[in-house]
Amino acid sequence: MLHKPAIESGIDNAAKRKARLGVWFFFIYLFFYGGFVAIGVLNYELLATQVTLGVNLAVFYGMGLILFAVLLGILYNFLCSRYEDEMNEGEAKS
Amino acid sequence: MIYGISYIALIFFVLFVGVVLGLSFYFARKTSSASSYYAAGGQIHWAVNGIAFAGDYLSAASFLGICGMIATAGYDGFLYSIGFLAGWIVALFLIAEPMKRLGKYTFTDALNSTFKSRAITLTAAISTLIVSIFYLIPQMVGAGDLVTPLLGLPHWVGVVLVGIVVIVIVASAGMTSTTYVQFIKGGLLLILSTILTVYILKNGLNLQPDHTGQPYHRFMSLSPTMSDTTVVSAGDWKVVSQQDVKGKDFVKLEKDGVARWFRLSQKDSAYTLAEALSISEGENGQTFYNGKPKAQAKFFQVGHMSKIIVDGKEVSKTGALGPFEYLSTIEKSEVVRFSEAKFTDNGKKVSVYYQAKTPGKDFMLPGLKYKIGKGASIWSRLDFISLMLALFLGTAALPHILIRYYTVKSQRDARKSTILAIAAIGAFYVLTLFMGLGAAVNGVMDVESSNMAAPLLAKAFGVVLFSIISAVAFATILGTVSGLIIASSGAIAHDLMDNYFKVNFNDDKKVRAGKMAAFGVGIFAIALGILFKGMNVSFLVGWAFSIAASANLPAILFLLFWKRTTAKGISWSIVTGIVSSLAIILTSPTMWDRYGLDASTAIHKLENPAIISFPLAILAVWLGSLASQDKNAAVQRTEA
Repeated sequence: MLHKPAIESGIDNAAKRKARLGVWFFFIYLFFYGGFVAIGVLNYELLATQVTLGVNLAVFYGMGLILFAVLLGILYNFLCSRYEDEMNEGEAKS
Repeated sequence: MIYGISYIALIFFVLFVGVVLGLSFYFARKTSSASSYYAAGGQIHWAVNGIAFAGDYLSAASFLGICGMIATAGYDGFLYSIGFLAGWIVALFLIAEPMKRLGKYTFTDALNSTFKSRAITLTAAISTLIVSIFYLIPQMVGAGDLVTPLLGLPHWVGVVLVGIVVIVIVASAGMTSTTYVQFIKGGLLLILSTILTVYILKNGLNLQPDHTGQPYHRFMSLSPTMSDTTVVSAGDWKVVSQQDVKGKDFVKLEKDGVARWFRLSQKDSAYTLAEALSISEGENGQTFYNGKPKAQAKFFQVGHMSKIIVDGKEVSKTGALGPFEYLSTIEKSEVVRFSEAKFTDNGKKVSVYYQAKTPGKDFMLPGLKYKIGKGASIWSRLDFISLMLALFLGTAALPHILIRYYTVKSQRDARKSTILAIAAIGAFYVLTLFMGLGAAVNGVMDVESSNMAAPLLAKAFGVVLFSIISAVAFATILGTVSGLIIASSGAIAHDLMDNYFKVNFNDDKKVRAGKMAAFGVGIFAIALGILFKGMNVSFLVGWAFSIAASANLPAILFLLFWKRTTAKGISWSIVTGIVSSLAIILTSPTMWDRYGLDASTAIHKLENPAIISFPLAILAVWLGSLASQDKNAAVQRTEA
């Protein structure tokens, strides 16, 4: 009993496509996250630059990374659900 | 800090613990089989699961630790918010769906699902245990800190209290109860943080942050008479001694039989003595707070601004501010933080907390804790990169987070849960910046522990808000600790005893073994919680993330994405990740200080190990897999 998953998944034809999308989205986010770290280490003074609304680049970029994660997540869910609908017609939805 | 008991807080506290335990017992009646004990039978609604995910994740580290670190180290604390949330991206985009398809109860099962390997079973179970224990330490430290102002009890009592309550919860019910408890708590934490932020913005900034029933201390400033660089006299105070601690001068003055410490500073040719707080050892081991015994309660909360600039002009207060106005005003002004200096005076230990004026533009940039600007050492820069790497990669590799993937019906639900969690957690992390900054400038900080910043800030705005927030934070810790203890007990009872040592248990005995393991881990966690008193809990969580990222993530990623990965590669990687990250942590400057040694003599200067241990673990899985290609069948990609 302990070796069974909580719920068995059906066949998912969209799995490969979703995995590829996930990897792409991961690298897109990594680019911006890595950019923040790189600016901090290589060009620290740039973080002090005033950007907008009276806040510096550090605050703007940090909050931006949080917001971007949420937006990317929503887009990912939307695309994955569409792939599943398109590719799993006639299959038990997983 | 010296606190009295708060009866309103006590009522709410008892009420909350009662609700939590009541829910546990209620769901215990519905829980009988091993499947429902470990993973709630896969019957949790995705929205409940999503908020419970957030509840799991918004642990003591987030609410107590991040706010505390922002309050003491400014933007460096916010780095944890950014990194903790970014970690969800790795979890969602790379791990969530494939892991759900491998769907087992524990991290070990998931790794082991494509080939039966005793080495993986053993190493992954040990990894789960070590990561869970490192994640448990900050929760227990937070529990102790929380109970001090809540109930006026010592730190260790809080740690023991949480330990006992959690052992009762876990032993009586299991995952079902914790999912609903986490759901309620996650939701409440978001609502209360929003209310607190509204209070902060409405209150604005004030040079003298007095609050109803809690007037802020008026700090003394004296002009001494000097002979060269030595204080000769200071008004009607008697000069007792002067100490040079790493280039900073501290002077002990006495008046009316009470000795106080001051920081000596020089601007142009004028010298000033600024009042500091002190905790000193007296005769017979008695502790003195600001020169008086603890019972006389002469200690006070701190944190204020020394300059507020609005439209280029200095003002004494601002009135209500918008969110961005609040941030930009602090950036243009000057914040007074309280730094610690430790030394001995006449053979007695002294801790002095002195005023450190910090320009707002420095406070709102990284660098006060993790120095990365001009003049920063290579170690310091590496430490910053290492921290950001660990936060980014650690989330997906936490055992108690992974378990929750299995509590919903389908991949689609698991994904929706995760996105709801990201949105909820993201909103909360934005609020941490305001709560942390609010605590820094509203005269609420406890110099002995930064962890209580947010609850103490709530106390300044009203005891009811404080009591509700404290109760929720306490429930936060209860929920997180119970989730971690379930993961640990699963690793011991299911992975080690059942799978590795092949002890033949029936279903009843499996559950009983899990509960006994939970008891053992709980007792161990209590001991560690007491030992690590006083440390910032976010910093401690950073270590758990580093170990998880190094020990678990390379193994998971290679299993999912590299067809030639072998069982040997995975077990090599886990062992390398654990050993290297633990070795670096246990020899770090912070641990040196814990051992009672001088932190500056530590064998290296790295506080966060991931920058070394993560690549090493990747190298190990790659080399281990290549070296064992002939003996092991290559793993089929689960998503291929």
